[in-house]
Amino acid sequence: MSVTPAAQPPPQQEPTTLAARFALYQRAGGVITPLLTTLLALFIAGLVVRFTTGASPLDTGRAILDGSGLTWFIPESVMDIRSVAGTYDDWPSEAEARLNAEINLQQTLIFTTTLILTGLAVAFAFRCGLFNIGGQGQFFVGAIVAVAVGAEVSGVGRVLHVPLVLLCAALAGAVWAGIAGILRATVGAHEVITTIMLNWIAYWIGSYLFSLGGPLQSDRSRQVPISNDVQESAKLHVFWGDFQGLHVGFFIAIAALVAFYLILNRTTLGYGVRAVGYNPEAARYGGISVSRNYFLAMAISGLFAGLAGAVDIMGWQYRYGQIDIQQSDIGFAGIAVALLGRNTSIGIFFSALLFGALLTGSNTRNLALPIEPELAGNMTLIVQGLVVLFVAADLVILYLWRFRKRLGLPRREPKAVGS
Amino acid sequence: MADARVDQAAPPVLELRGMTKRFPGVLANDRIDFDLRRGEVHALLGENGAGKSTLMNVLYGLYHPDEGEIRINGKSVAIGSPKEAIEHGIGMVHQHFMLVPVMTVTENIVLASEPRQGGIFLDYDSAAERVRKLSDSFNFAIDPDAKVESITVGQQQRVEILKALYRGADILILDEPTAVLTPQEADELFGILGTLQREGMSIIFITHKLREVLEIAERITVLRRGKKIETVPREGSTQDTLARLMVGREVLLRVDKTAAAPAEPLLTVENLSVVDERGLEAVRGVSFEVRAGEIVGLAGIDGNGQTELIDALTGLMAPENGRVRVGDRDVTTENAHQHLEHGVGHIPEDRQRRGLVLDFTLAENLALHDYRKSPNSYFGWLRPGRIVSAAKSLLKEFDVRGGGPQTRASSLSGGNQQKVVVAREVSRDPRVLIAAQPTRGLDVGAIEFVHRRLVEERDEGRAVLLISLEIDEILSLADRILVIYEGQIVAEYGPDVTEQALGIAMTGGTREGAAA
Ligand SMILES: Nc1ncnc2c1ncn2[C@@H]1O[C@H](COP(=O)(O)OP(=O)(O)OP(=O)(O)O)[C@@H](O)[C@H]1O
Ligand SMILES: [Mg+2]
Repeated sequence: MSVTPAAQPPPQQEPTTLAARFALYQRAGGVITPLLTTLLALFIAGLVVRFTTGASPLDTGRAILDGSGLTWFIPESVMDIRSVAGTYDDWPSEAEARLNAEINLQQTLIFTTTLILTGLAVAFAFRCGLFNIGGQGQFFVGAIVAVAVGAEVSGVGRVLHVPLVLLCAALAGAVWAGIAGILRATVGAHEVITTIMLNWIAYWIGSYLFSLGGPLQSDRSRQVPISNDVQESAKLHVFWGDFQGLHVGFFIAIAALVAFYLILNRTTLGYGVRAVGYNPEAARYGGISVSRNYFLAMAISGLFAGLAGAVDIMGWQYRYGQIDIQQSDIGFAGIAVALLGRNTSIGIFFSALLFGALLTGSNTRNLALPIEPELAGNMTLIVQGLVVLFVAADLVILYLWRFRKRLGLPRREPKAVGS
Repeated sequence: MADARVDQAAPPVLELRGMTKRFPGVLANDRIDFDLRRGEVHALLGENGAGKSTLMNVLYGLYHPDEGEIRINGKSVAIGSPKEAIEHGIGMVHQHFMLVPVMTVTENIVLASEPRQGGIFLDYDSAAERVRKLSDSFNFAIDPDAKVESITVGQQQRVEILKALYRGADILILDEPTAVLTPQEADELFGILGTLQREGMSIIFITHKLREVLEIAERITVLRRGKKIETVPREGSTQDTLARLMVGREVLLRVDKTAAAPAEPLLTVENLSVVDERGLEAVRGVSFEVRAGEIVGLAGIDGNGQTELIDALTGLMAPENGRVRVGDRDVTTENAHQHLEHGVGHIPEDRQRRGLVLDFTLAENLALHDYRKSPNSYFGWLRPGRIVSAAKSLLKEFDVRGGGPQTRASSLSGGNQQKVVVAREVSRDPRVLIAAQPTRGLDVGAIEFVHRRLVEERDEGRAVLLISLEIDEILSLADRILVIYEGQIVAEYGPDVTEQALGIAMTGGTREGAAA
């Protein structure tokens, strides 16, 4: 029989699951810890810049900020770029600078759109106590299905085609993640392992489909391992800007954030998912099927990731190819987005925006100055890695600053005896 | 006799002055003064949520007081962490033991004390020898080489005490140590505390059991709603006076009930066998029934198959053999959800692992079984307003203190958590109520309340199966008593069986020849 106790004082209540532990820190740190995590990650990235290139971290930061287009919101600041980047041969006119910022902002928000969706894919599973590392594979599957349905199906109007592609891609992502969910629910295979395996399966399926002579390879340019473009009727409307402007997928992502919140907090399904995430044994006792929720949580996660793939294809890529598959890591970026965003809607929005801005701002195209392009391109990866590292290490931040103490949080004690 | 051991003239070993601890919205400790004399056992009494654990956690450095002063041997000290508490000679035995199950007793004791210097290169043999000496000098009867997972709960507790002694504690805090012990183990613990006391150890003892207080404490301090009410000597105190001090009103310590009028059987168990997680047959061919309008008590020493029997009766574990019927319905192979639907209520013995989702609010916890049902949800959509307002009235009815519907369950005191579980199960109006340790960790007032509710449930025609390790509780509530021993029902008694007879049956004394 178990030894757990009658009146055990709160300090010893070590949360039982990952999700429960997370909830504890989330409540304790509020918005302070993610902010500090971000600042610390940026700071370390700045040190890297300093020691590898000798460039000023502050100037670099400013350059990235400008490159991200976020300065567009503050019109006066757009022109400040001159004070930092002293080496422009011909100064851009005010109008040019503003247009530049506008284009960069559109690019940032396009990335934000995808990151929100891949972030949600990680977060939803997390709230059920599962670690979905398979966002990347689910994203691939979604993108592949979107290309297939978007390019090969024709003759249906936009009103039908767009929802059809979205639906098929989302379902494909759900099936892909659902496989891992079923394996966890039935034979107990750990989702971290299975989702990683599924990532590789999706990777190679995609590589085959787009390979020269492969089933989805373009029939116009036979020499390139890339798909046909999706039909006009399957493209998402671009409502801001012309070339690679911001598409309505942005609103799909915002809607997904709202849906995430509502499903988790306002539906019976979400109640079950959270109960299982916090305490599977209590859920079971309460008559909630743990395995059913494992499956559902994974499938819904996959839905978000599949949607991410579709929105990327329909919004700006329009085609997919081997190179894209080899270079894509936006599914993995979702892990950092979710962790930094504390697996909540609001948090994910802001952390997706941050990473979207970093991706755009450190893009070599925008960041001519003052640091080397290779390093700039890797800035985002550095920050991303640091964020995951910090969060994974039980929020080192809290520890470093002894916030636990001030917040009245328990110290870590040796694990208690179960029975 | 007690006072001979206590040196009245010396300054108290420990003094707390004006201790105040606030939690958001709760004043857990309100300017509490407390002192502990050398060699005394000082009991801390109080209702659930009175602030006992909080006060002790502050003393042990787990919480930081908002105001107040701690003096040890007359000197003012600041205690910022358990490590500093240990340095000041304070040891604490939590109810939730902090032992590593796969390690030996010695490893647990020594590793915890010397984590840095020694590391894994400790001289194990000499450490084990020291532990053995320490254990022998207090008659602990602990094998230093035994793995913690293989010893009983009572022994684990002694290991915790040894750990404190090993680190040089001369002030020992025990937070509800007897809540997890069988009555026999509790007696052994009192023996040990007596020995420690003679060696000059000063002990703070938290409990809800008034009998224990009168048995071992020299002085008793009573807290109520965060305030100190009084410190009284044992002489002149009775269970009634203590209960009144705690609750602030008269408490009925005996259950008031009429004779049962059992009707049709609502829970029928036939030849039930259950295999536990290790593959051993924990319940072996058990048959009994519980009728509408009666409370059947299942008495037994911990670990004789009670847990597995409960799991099988509630659909949490599939039985190996036999059948279970609720009313006319065969529920043997049905799952937990179906059991709930067919009117089986279950107060689980382990509220934190099973009874509550600690990270959920109280309202969410109260809706655990019925969140899918109609006023709580509507086509899959939760209706938080309904859930919260239902919770509000339940919390009021069951006198849950320390929070409202939106409070997280983890921030309630242990006893109030238990009240939430009881409230949920009883309020569902189950046909069959399986109550396992329903009053574990509750204060006398709350026990009175729960007992009264159980009797009321009975009188309304429900079948109540009460599983308890406390002979007292069984004797005062049950209309019929079954004794379980090694997975079998070895005896059945009416309500007026003596405690001795029950005790003998529980240890297998009546196995031969007793009616099964
Ligand atoms: N970590 C916490 N956060 C918020 N409130 C808390 C916390 N810990 C305790 N409390 C509140 O402080 C009060 C005192 O709690 P405490 O655990 O000290 O009670 P107790 O006397 O030990 O009760 P019990 O007999 O039920 O264990 C309660 O109202 C409780 O809800
Ligand atoms: Mg307590």
